[in-house]
Amino acid sequence: MNFVLQAFAVARKDLAIELRTKESLNAAGSFAIVILLLFSFAFDPGSDETREIGGGLLWIVFAFAGALVFNRSFARELPNECLDTLLASPLSAASLVIGKSLANWVTLLVVEFVSLFVFGIFYNVSWVAHLAPLAAVFALATWGVSILGAIFGAITVNLRLRELMLPVIIYPLMIPLLIGAIELTRMILNNEPASPEELLWGRILIVFDVVFTSLAVILSDTILVN
Amino acid sequence: MREKVVIALAAAAALLLAYNLYQIFLVLPDEALQGGIYRIIFFHVPAGIVGMIGFFIALTFAVWYLVSGDLRHDSLSASIVEVSVVFTTVNIVTGSIWARIIWGAWWVWDYRLTSQLVCALIFFGYLLLRRAIDEPTQRARLSAALTIFGCVDSVIVWKSIEWFRNNHPGPVLTIRTGGGHMDPAMEHTLSLNFLAILLVGAALALVRMRQESTAREIDSLRRAAHV
Amino acid sequence: MTHALELSAVWKFFGDYAALRDCTLSVSEGSCCALLGRNGAGKTTLLRILGGLTAFQRGAVTLLGEKPRAENARRQTGFLGHGIGVYEDLSARENLHFFARIAGSGNLSSLTDTWLERVGLARVPTMPVRQFSRGMRQRLALARTFIHSPKILLLDEPFTSLDDRAIAMLSELLAEARQRGATIVLSTHQLREALAIASHVALVENGRLRYTGERTQEMLDDPALLYRLHTELGSPQ
Repeated sequence: MNFVLQAFAVARKDLAIELRTKESLNAAGSFAIVILLLFSFAFDPGSDETREIGGGLLWIVFAFAGALVFNRSFARELPNECLDTLLASPLSAASLVIGKSLANWVTLLVVEFVSLFVFGIFYNVSWVAHLAPLAAVFALATWGVSILGAIFGAITVNLRLRELMLPVIIYPLMIPLLIGAIELTRMILNNEPASPEELLWGRILIVFDVVFTSLAVILSDTILVN
Repeated sequence: MREKVVIALAAAAALLLAYNLYQIFLVLPDEALQGGIYRIIFFHVPAGIVGMIGFFIALTFAVWYLVSGDLRHDSLSASIVEVSVVFTTVNIVTGSIWARIIWGAWWVWDYRLTSQLVCALIFFGYLLLRRAIDEPTQRARLSAALTIFGCVDSVIVWKSIEWFRNNHPGPVLTIRTGGGHMDPAMEHTLSLNFLAILLVGAALALVRMRQESTAREIDSLRRAAHV
Repeated sequence: MTHALELSAVWKFFGDYAALRDCTLSVSEGSCCALLGRNGAGKTTLLRILGGLTAFQRGAVTLLGEKPRAENARRQTGFLGHGIGVYEDLSARENLHFFARIAGSGNLSSLTDTWLERVGLARVPTMPVRQFSRGMRQRLALARTFIHSPKILLLDEPFTSLDDRAIAMLSELLAEARQRGATIVLSTHQLREALAIASHVALVENGRLRYTGERTQEMLDDPALLYRLHTELGSPQ
C-alpha cells in the first residue's frame, strides 16, 4: 500500500470518527462564533475599518479554533493504545502524520467557511465575489496550520499538560504563516488589485507549507518511535 | 578538566567586560543624536546576536545528537538554548528601554525586536517541552525535533516580519542615525563586547551542561532503584 | 536454520539507565517462545522493540530478515499489547475494515465479515465499540490482531484480563497460527498456560536474558524451576 493511500486511509478513519462524534467540529465551530461575537464588542462592526482588520480577525479566530481541532488529532489515538497498534501496522510514521494533517485540514476548512459565513453577516462584509481567491488562501494557509498541529500533536501526545503546551509551542511557530494569511485575506477583502506583494505572501505560504511538510515527514519516525 | 575551562572562560569574560565597561562609561563620548542612551547598544546588539547564533549552534548539537545518540550532545544543545533564551530576553528588554527613551514608548514594532520576541517565544516553548518530559532519551529526541523546527522557523519569521514592516512601516531602532555609519571607536568596543558576551554565554552553557549531566545520573539511579 | 526473529546484543537505554542489556535471542520460524520474567524485567520493552514501537540504542534486530520498522516486517506481524487497540467510536466492522486495510489485506468486506463471525460479533456489526461489553472488546481485539494472518505474532500478556471465552478463542487462534507455521512470542506471568503452548522459553531479569532454550518436560512439571535455577531472587513472584 503506497504512502498516499496509507495517508488517505488514516484521514478517512479520522474524518469518519469526527463525523460521528462531531467533537472537534462542534467545539471549534462554537468557539469561532463566540470569538467573532466578542470582537464585535471590541470593534465597531459594520464600519469601513472592519474590512481592513477583517483578515486579522478571521485568522485569529481560525488559529484559536484550530487549537481545539489539533489537540484532538493524536490524542484520539490514546484510548485503548490505538497509537501503538497504528505504529505496529505497516503504516509509516510519515503517512500517519500526513493523514492526520489531512483530517485536520478538512475539519478546519469546514470551521473556516462557517466562520466566514457568520463573519460576513455579523460584520456586513461581502465576500462571495472573492470566494475563489479566499478559498485558495484558506486552503494553503490552513495546510500549514494543520501540518504543524499534526506533528506537534505527535510530539506532545504522551505528555502531561498536553492541551496547555500544544498551543503555547505552536502559535509562535505559526506566525509567518498567519502574517501571510492575514495580509492576503485583507487584500482580497479590500478588493486591492493583484500586486507583487500578493505574490510575495503567496510564496511565503507555499514555502512554509513545503518546508514544514518536509520536516514533518523526515522527523516523523524520530518523533513517534521512542 | 571542564571546570578549568569554565573558570578560564569566566575569567577572560570578566576581564574583557571590565575593560569594556570602563570604555563604555568613562571613555566614549555621548552619541550625537541619541545622547547617553546609545550606550545600551553595547549590550543590546551583542546579546541579540549571541542569542541568535546560540540557537543555531544548539541546532548543530541537536542534529548531532540524533545522529550519534550521545546524550551529552543533547545536554549541550539544551544548555545553549537556555542561555540563548536569556540573551534574547536581554536583547528584548534593553531594546524596550531604548525605545522608551528614544521614542517615548515601551514597545515599538521594530521588525528586529518583534522577530526576536517571536524567537524567544519559540524557544521558551522548547524549555516548557523539556520540563514536561521525564525520560531523558525521549526528551532528547523530542527537543531535537523542536530545535530543528524552531531554527528553520526563525529564519522564516525574520524574513516575513521584515517584509511585513516594509508594507506597514514603523519606527526602527538603530544607532545608525547619522546616515549609516558608526564611529570606529564605537564599532571597536561593540565588537569587543560581543566577544565578552560570547564568553559569558559559553561559560554559562558549560555550567548548565554539568547540571544536566548530574540530573541524568540521578534519573538513572532512580530508575535502577525502582526495579 | 532460518530464524524468524533475531535480537543480537541489543541494549535499550532510558537516559543513562539500561532497561535491556546485551540481549541476544533467536526465535526460529514456527516456534512459540514464552517470554518470562517479573514485572519491570524488560519483557514489554523487548516485545515493543520487536514490534517496531520502541527504538534501541545498540545491537541489531531482524524480523524475517528485515528491520523492525520495515513495512514488510510489519505487514507480517500481529501485535497485541496491553490495550485492545480498537476505536471506541467506530463499529466492529469499521474497526476491522480499517485495520485490515492498512495491513494490506484484500477482499476487505468478506474478510471482515468472516472474522466478525469467527469471534462472535456478527450480530452487532454496526454497534459502536463504546457500547460493547468487556468480553466483546477482547474478542474484537483478537480479531484485529489475527485478521491479516500474520506470520509473526507478538503478544504482551495476552491471557491477563481475558475472560474464559476469550482465552479459549485465543488458544484456538494460536494453535491455528502455529499450524500454518507462524512464529509466536508472548510475554506472560501465567506460567502454566504459557509453558503449555510454548516450544521455547526466554527468561528476562533486570534487562538481561538469563536463559533461552527449549521448553522441557521438567519445566512443565515444575514451572518455577526456571526462576529458581537462573534468577538471583529465585522465585517468580
